[in-house]
Amino acid sequence: MRGVAQLRVGDMNTDSLGFIFISATVINNFVLAYFLGICPFLGVSAKIDTAMRMGIAVTFVMLVSSMAAFGIHIVLVAIDALYLQLIAYIVVIATTVQLVEMIIKKYSPALFRTLGIFLPLITTNCAILGVALWQTSRQYDFLQSVVFAIGAGLGFCLALIIMAGLREELELSDVPGIVDGAALTLIVAGILSTAFMGFGGLGG
Amino acid sequence: MSPNDLTMDDFLKGLWDENPVFVHLLGMCPVLAVSNTVINALSMGLATLFVLILSSALISMLRRIIPKQVRIAAFILIIATFVTVAEYVIQAISLEIHRGLGAFISLIVVNCMILGQAESFASKNNVVTSVLAATGAGVGFIFAIFCMGAVREVLGSGTFAGIDLFGPHYQPWVIMILPGGGFFVLGALLLVTNRINGWLVARKEVLEQEVAGSSATPGR
Repeated sequence: MRGVAQLRVGDMNTDSLGFIFISATVINNFVLAYFLGICPFLGVSAKIDTAMRMGIAVTFVMLVSSMAAFGIHIVLVAIDALYLQLIAYIVVIATTVQLVEMIIKKYSPALFRTLGIFLPLITTNCAILGVALWQTSRQYDFLQSVVFAIGAGLGFCLALIIMAGLREELELSDVPGIVDGAALTLIVAGILSTAFMGFGGLGG
Repeated sequence: MSPNDLTMDDFLKGLWDENPVFVHLLGMCPVLAVSNTVINALSMGLATLFVLILSSALISMLRRIIPKQVRIAAFILIIATFVTVAEYVIQAISLEIHRGLGAFISLIVVNCMILGQAESFASKNNVVTSVLAATGAGVGFIFAIFCMGAVREVLGSGTFAGIDLFGPHYQPWVIMILPGGGFFVLGALLLVTNRINGWLVARKEVLEQEVAGSSATPGR
């Protein structure tokens, strides 16, 4: 394990910041290409307004936990305890979520009520842990990690808002009872995901 | 309440009536992400089952010790520990599977199904019942992810667990192993479950009416 870690530290990732950003936002969109954060994607995407706020909260948590994860990784490599990585990351994410929850509760009680149960559930949003784990395994430096986290967060917002827009329209249309609900949402998400594959060409 | 008359029910309801994926829509991320081949799907299912059973057992044992205020954090720590164990075990058994599943092994930690099981069942019931319910939910999860994997691999690459099914002239339906296909197949499977449940409910109603009818006739 130690050998592998040292080997990896040697070859730093040299992707340009622009590429990391575009890649995380649209080409490898976290929701539509990696299936991370599906629960809030299906749960909070009924209204554009809520979707946007949820997206911003998630982006913020992603950014903070990504920066924290960068520091933790350095410490864990230093004390040679990489097996604690997962546990340390999840604790940091849970703490950040708690922090965001308190901030939102203080400054915007209305938003706090709208997000409801989904706010604590950000902890179990795989997209956030995904950002932390991927930036580590891809050996991003600090700036790259920050750009990656912002890009992933914006990509999450984008997917959530598009989906919310589609679902608001769907409310008005007449669908057969059997597809109503989750099945319909998933099929729409499938079409959206296929559409996003078109961005693959941007990767060069 | 004696444990014996409850246990089988706790196990069985996880399989269909309260299937974590098809009914509660929990744990969707791994179901969509690593179900592009049957082997990946099954190993993911087994890893999840392992974590689910062990974490449920431990949480159920500690349920009187963990203070209520910090229970979620404590549950997540316990789950993360078992996920770390599972990750190293998979790495030791097969590097190929470890590479195929990638970060999704670590992401078992944030599988809402496991935390949901801990919060709603294991923290309130004794060890035996919790383990049985966890096994039921885990097997239900394996069933769901296996269905996904089988459909996607057969259609998308024309193979089943690596065995060629249709011969060399099969033109694979590539979209099925791409992300979009995951959403489509899960949507379609949900439709099928809705349909079957619709039939079951309808049949039950007919049966109940017949029973009511037959019991009412002699009285008249």
